Amino acid sequence: MWRWFHKLGSPKWFYAISGRLLPWFSVAAMLLLVIGTVWALLIAPADYQQGNSYRIIYIHVPAAFLAQSGYLLMAIAGAVGLIWKMKLADVVAKSCAPIGASFTLLALITGAVWGKPTWGAWWVWDARLTSMLVLLFLYLGVVALQSAFTDRNQAARASALLALVGLVNIPIIKYSVEWWNTLHQPASLTLTQRPSMPAEMWMPLLIMVVGFYCFFAAVLMMRTRVELLDRERRTGWVKEIIRES
Amino acid sequence: MTTQVQSAQSGVGKVGIFGAMIRRDMTAAFRHSSDLVNPLIFFVVVVTLFPLAVTPESAFLREIAPGVLWVSALLATLLSLDMLFQSDFQDGTLEQMLLSPQPLYSAILAKVATHWLLSGLPLTLLSPLLAMMLFLPAEGIKTLMLTLLIGTPVLSFIGAIGSALTVGLRKTGLLLSLLVLPLYIPVLIFASGAVQAATAGLPIAGHLALLGAILALTVVLAPLAIVTALRISLSG
Amino acid sequence: MYFADFSEFIAMGGHGLYVWVAYGTAALVFAFNLVTPVLKRKRFFVEQARQLRREELHASDS
Repeated sequence: MWRWFHKLGSPKWFYAISGRLLPWFSVAAMLLLVIGTVWALLIAPADYQQGNSYRIIYIHVPAAFLAQSGYLLMAIAGAVGLIWKMKLADVVAKSCAPIGASFTLLALITGAVWGKPTWGAWWVWDARLTSMLVLLFLYLGVVALQSAFTDRNQAARASALLALVGLVNIPIIKYSVEWWNTLHQPASLTLTQRPSMPAEMWMPLLIMVVGFYCFFAAVLMMRTRVELLDRERRTGWVKEIIRES
Repeated sequence: MTTQVQSAQSGVGKVGIFGAMIRRDMTAAFRHSSDLVNPLIFFVVVVTLFPLAVTPESAFLREIAPGVLWVSALLATLLSLDMLFQSDFQDGTLEQMLLSPQPLYSAILAKVATHWLLSGLPLTLLSPLLAMMLFLPAEGIKTLMLTLLIGTPVLSFIGAIGSALTVGLRKTGLLLSLLVLPLYIPVLIFASGAVQAATAGLPIAGHLALLGAILALTVVLAPLAIVTALRISLSG
Repeated sequence: MYFADFSEFIAMGGHGLYVWVAYGTAALVFAFNLVTPVLKRKRFFVEQARQLRREELHASDS
């Protein structure tokens, strides 16, 4: 079992395997995103309350999912790297951060833009948007800490610890923000539909969510591969690859 | 025979280290007394900025007082985090601490306790004065002091994690704030909410219970994170 | 098709600005995430090729 685990941590093995997986994820992402977007914009009916601005859900919800999953993955990969000193885990964690942060920003912007026609303001301090904003701060903290260290391994360990501390705090922050929100906005304002969405509305949403995840996986692999090449540039297998290009 | 000696030593060890560390840090801190007073002055100045920036009307100030006082206390604590590890890092004492066989947990607890005694506690004691300047009613002032009493130790612990992560870096000020402020948000929300509730005559037991729970969780988990962070920072 | 014609599609029942800003931002985020690793990879190979050439040059000198 440990042999498998150590093989899992080998950069060369990961580079080879991700090289074979990448085309599949890329194609899947492209197909799902195109189908999803077309369905979302052209075929799905408008919401009877919110009109066409409701189509933003097809970007906002997947982006929000990715924002949270991305942080979780970053923290877990960081923990693996911290505990088992696995360099591959460190690189995955490092690559997760900018991708996750960009999707958090996307979730925030689409949430804000959606708020304008729905509630009349460009920004509302509702619980979910505020929690997402704090999540962005947590991401930015990890990115900032990463770049503050000159030693790559030290940077990886420090940001892994920070990501874990953030992870423990996320449920507490969410709870406190929701609590705060119910104090100041007794009417619970939610952007997303109640679960009774007709199939023609939630099917494109599902397609978009899966498409977003495939895109995340593909882009994460791309970033990790480049970072691995850079870190292992003195090893034989990387020199082989450089010579071949 | 040796085991008896060892157990006797370790028995003294944990408490002895705690006490010795506190004594040492306090004396060191009072040598640079200006560092102690600066966060307090900052606290007063920042609170003063709000009536100057908006309006000195009592109705308005009373309303924003809980938030302003707590945010200012938070920022003042941030400023004081420097004293935790910086000087020990620079003269090599921190490295000694990590290498020594003495229980690190006690040493860290002592450092954070000292920090609180020198920053959180003075802020708590100064707060009624500033609360009166912002027209906070008596009920609010009592709750303010209570929340500061429970909350500032949490700020010290969480701040210590950030401080430990950045101790080896240059120009840590802004980075430390970015790391630590999001983690301060729950304490801010519950503490400020408690003061607002008290001012409105509503019960605050729930708020205090939540703050207490956060304090308990922090006391248990933070030292582990602080020790890990120190080891990481000193491994470069 | 939900919309009758193209201009209705762009207008989005009056919410055109919001929908297109949202989808446009998404396009930008996707582009950023695609382009950065690709550029980094290119830069890596260019840099390493240069390095390799320099090493071979030194080897032939000695």
